Amino acid sequence: MEPLHLQYHVNGDDFTSAGEVSSEIKQTLRRLGISPDIVRRCSICMYEGEMNLVIHASGGVAEAIIGDRDITLILRDNGPGIPDLEQAMQEGFSTAGQGVRELGFGAGMGLPNMKRYSDEMRVDTEIGKGTTVTMKIFLSQSV
Amino acid sequence: MVNSVTLDKDECVGCTTCMKHCPTGAIRVRRGRAHILTQRCIDCGNCVRVCPHKAKKAVCDSFDAIFGYSYKVALPAPSLYGQFHNLEDINIVLTALLDIGFDDVFEVSRAAEIISELMRKKVAQSGDKLPVPYISSACPTAVRLVCMRFPELIPNISDAIAPVELAARLARKEAIKKTGLPADKIGVFFITPCPAKVTTAWHPLRLENRVIDGAISMADIYKRLLPAMKKITEPKKLSKSSLIGVGWARSGGEASGLLVGERYLAVDGIDNIIKILSDFEDGRLSEVSFLELNACTQGCVGGCLAVENPYVAKGRINRLMRKLPVSRNKASDLTYDDIKAERELEYQPVGQLDDNLETAMQKYAQIKELTEQLPGLDCGSCGAPSCEALAEDIVLGYASEEDCIFKMRERMLYITGGNEADADAYLPPPFRKGGDEKEID
Repeated sequence: MEPLHLQYHVNGDDFTSAGEVSSEIKQTLRRLGISPDIVRRCSICMYEGEMNLVIHASGGVAEAIIGDRDITLILRDNGPGIPDLEQAMQEGFSTAGQGVRELGFGAGMGLPNMKRYSDEMRVDTEIGKGTTVTMKIFLSQSV
Repeated sequence: MVNSVTLDKDECVGCTTCMKHCPTGAIRVRRGRAHILTQRCIDCGNCVRVCPHKAKKAVCDSFDAIFGYSYKVALPAPSLYGQFHNLEDINIVLTALLDIGFDDVFEVSRAAEIISELMRKKVAQSGDKLPVPYISSACPTAVRLVCMRFPELIPNISDAIAPVELAARLARKEAIKKTGLPADKIGVFFITPCPAKVTTAWHPLRLENRVIDGAISMADIYKRLLPAMKKITEPKKLSKSSLIGVGWARSGGEASGLLVGERYLAVDGIDNIIKILSDFEDGRLSEVSFLELNACTQGCVGGCLAVENPYVAKGRINRLMRKLPVSRNKASDLTYDDIKAERELEYQPVGQLDDNLETAMQKYAQIKELTEQLPGLDCGSCGAPSCEALAEDIVLGYASEEDCIFKMRERMLYITGGNEADADAYLPPPFRKGGDEKEID
């Protein structure tokens, strides 16, 4: 089966539309008949990733690849990179700026939540070059 | 799903206004008239409100239905009290209900107040075990929307029955005691501001059996009450309404009856509800403990069967409330079990492309491709609410590409020997590239 490829650009300048990409992906997954539980997990992973793109990396690209066994979510940016990945994965640790925190973000739960709700997660990052986060969520239904 | 919104075919001209305002895309216009896709209709009443030709109506019981019963009890929704100019005393409305043919009145606000009390107790006892946010079950349209589009939030919906359902049970019990008549000789009739509640009177969302014998439109009752009210010199003291109970008629009333302090949100209007629930479903906005949802503007006072402007009615309800005691009806020996739903709510998905994932993905890809080829004007001329809706209808076999008049024009242009440069000839005016740069304003 040819996997379905969804790709979106995440605008790093517009905070008010942050979250729209994950919302669209969620609606698409629903229309495809994917179980509500899987849809919710994908939505949370995507949303957290999208917010990270906006808050830390001035935007980037969000992709969802829907196969018959799993859904792969990829978030790519050309941002500053993550200096200490282990630290970034700790709950409560955040490098979000003051303006962002005042809006209620930057609680330090982004990457930990993404890890919690996905089945597999990989972070490739290089200082000064950018970061790519790849997550896999297994589909429980049979095709 | 069953629904109570219907079309008067003689009045409908096929103008597409209703289709453009339907929040669930449940309307198509074909063969000169609107068609309701019943699985998608949630009885929000938007189409009834916007129809310029008065063709969209709510199916209700006729007033004469009450005369099929030996003892007839009216259950007025509290929004009824906001429909009248200069109403100082609710008793005038209730006395008039007796004058026009009912034998008794049981105010729905009384049941609402009791439900508030029992819910407060439940919230206090449950503490952290309550889902966050706890979502009101009072608006059947909002509940049906959640079951259709936000399945993750189904467990958050309160399992309390609607105030009118409790009122019907209590009213029938009281009437049996008063008259000694058997239950089926007693007619309990809801005076409703909306079609959604007509549907749930006939087909309760979570009760095994009906408890209401009929639902009469508030507009219908209004025109009968007005002359009767004008004749009243000495109203009978029938009202047992309280501030808490009557407050349910407007957005925020149920939530304030729960006394959860500032941690509630009362959202009115179906588009606002969709937006807020999308946010909640992903676990955002977690500081809200109670969510009151009303599909109609300002709450039930905005129902499409109400006569008065919702803001005006809400103002009147607020003024009436100031004269009422805070509380007047106690639960007494009723417990939460007496207001608990008998059935669970189920996920009722709509608009899924196929049961088979691979086929669904293929259809999805086809829909996206077809949408790119359509103009993107969402003009509604094809009888579907948007170009993407038409694309989906085409892929699912309910429509054809020829339905799009702009695609038709494109085809005709090519047949008559035109080319790419003549695109403006078939494109809708908003998309044309050529022409004068003359300013429109």
